[in-house]
Amino acid sequence: MPLDPAFIGRTYPAVEVYEVGREKIREFADAIGDPNPVYRDRGAARAAGHQDVIAPPTFPIVITARIGEQVIFDPELGLDYTKVVHGQQRFVVTRPVRAGDRLIGVLTVDNIQAAAGNDLISTRVDVSTEDGEPVVTAYSMLVARGTSGVATSDPSKA
Amino acid sequence: MVSALPTTALAYDSVAEGTELPEIRTRVRRADLVRYSGASGDFNVIHWNERAARAAGLPDVIAHGMLTMAIAARIVTDWVRNPGAVVEYAVRFSRPVIVPDDEDGAELVVSARVAKKLPDHRVRVDIIVRCGADKVLSMARAVVVLP
Repeated sequence: MPLDPAFIGRTYPAVEVYEVGREKIREFADAIGDPNPVYRDRGAARAAGHQDVIAPPTFPIVITARIGEQVIFDPELGLDYTKVVHGQQRFVVTRPVRAGDRLIGVLTVDNIQAAAGNDLISTRVDVSTEDGEPVVTAYSMLVARGTSGVATSDPSKA
Repeated sequence: MVSALPTTALAYDSVAEGTELPEIRTRVRRADLVRYSGASGDFNVIHWNERAARAAGLPDVIAHGMLTMAIAARIVTDWVRNPGAVVEYAVRFSRPVIVPDDEDGAELVVSARVAKKLPDHRVRVDIIVRCGADKVLSMARAVVVLP
């Protein structure tokens, strides 16, 4: 069944603060196999012009994916999560996330559409510090394969 | 594990359009998926459970798209030397990375070239990630701002 387009434009206010931990950044950098010292060593980060260790460019997904679940798991939306794959991802960065940041994220549903039998939902999470300094915006497009009632096709062509 | 990257940042004036960046080859094994699940908080079963992956219509366990995206970013951040230079990064996940339960896992081959020098010291880099014959990311591009 196609998703309800009434969700387009809906906004979910920030619910909790995410405090970025130095060891969380290290753990994430280890998990992606990136040995860059600016993710681990304060001195190296400072030499590169940062106040403290910074996080890899895709680290914000740790924060924004959880925030996105507010709509993805909203029973009113009726998205079948077992059919969902990640279609597209984009980060627009005001400044890198760094250790000690206390971040919040506001979730917005940018678009919902059905294409070639798939349901597509595009969301955006605007991440800022709790004091309102913009940090990064994460745009995600998720594809629920074959859920909109027509024949399934390759989600990448959507 | 601290690598000995040069600390001098890459300069905008030294960059030429069309330059190919040094290729990266990385193997992704099941253990890497488990580790990424833990670090990222993405515990979707299709990334660690064959039975669930097959039930979802996949041939086998697949890597997290975001792990592939993270691995691909490194071709740019190693080149510019300062990961803080990345101001935009976007990808489409065009094919899944299938990770068999063996010692070899899946090999990702990341290549990239300088696509365009933009105003305000910005540079666009286009990235290609292949796994075997499949292009697993498409329209992958990063914009960096350089001194």
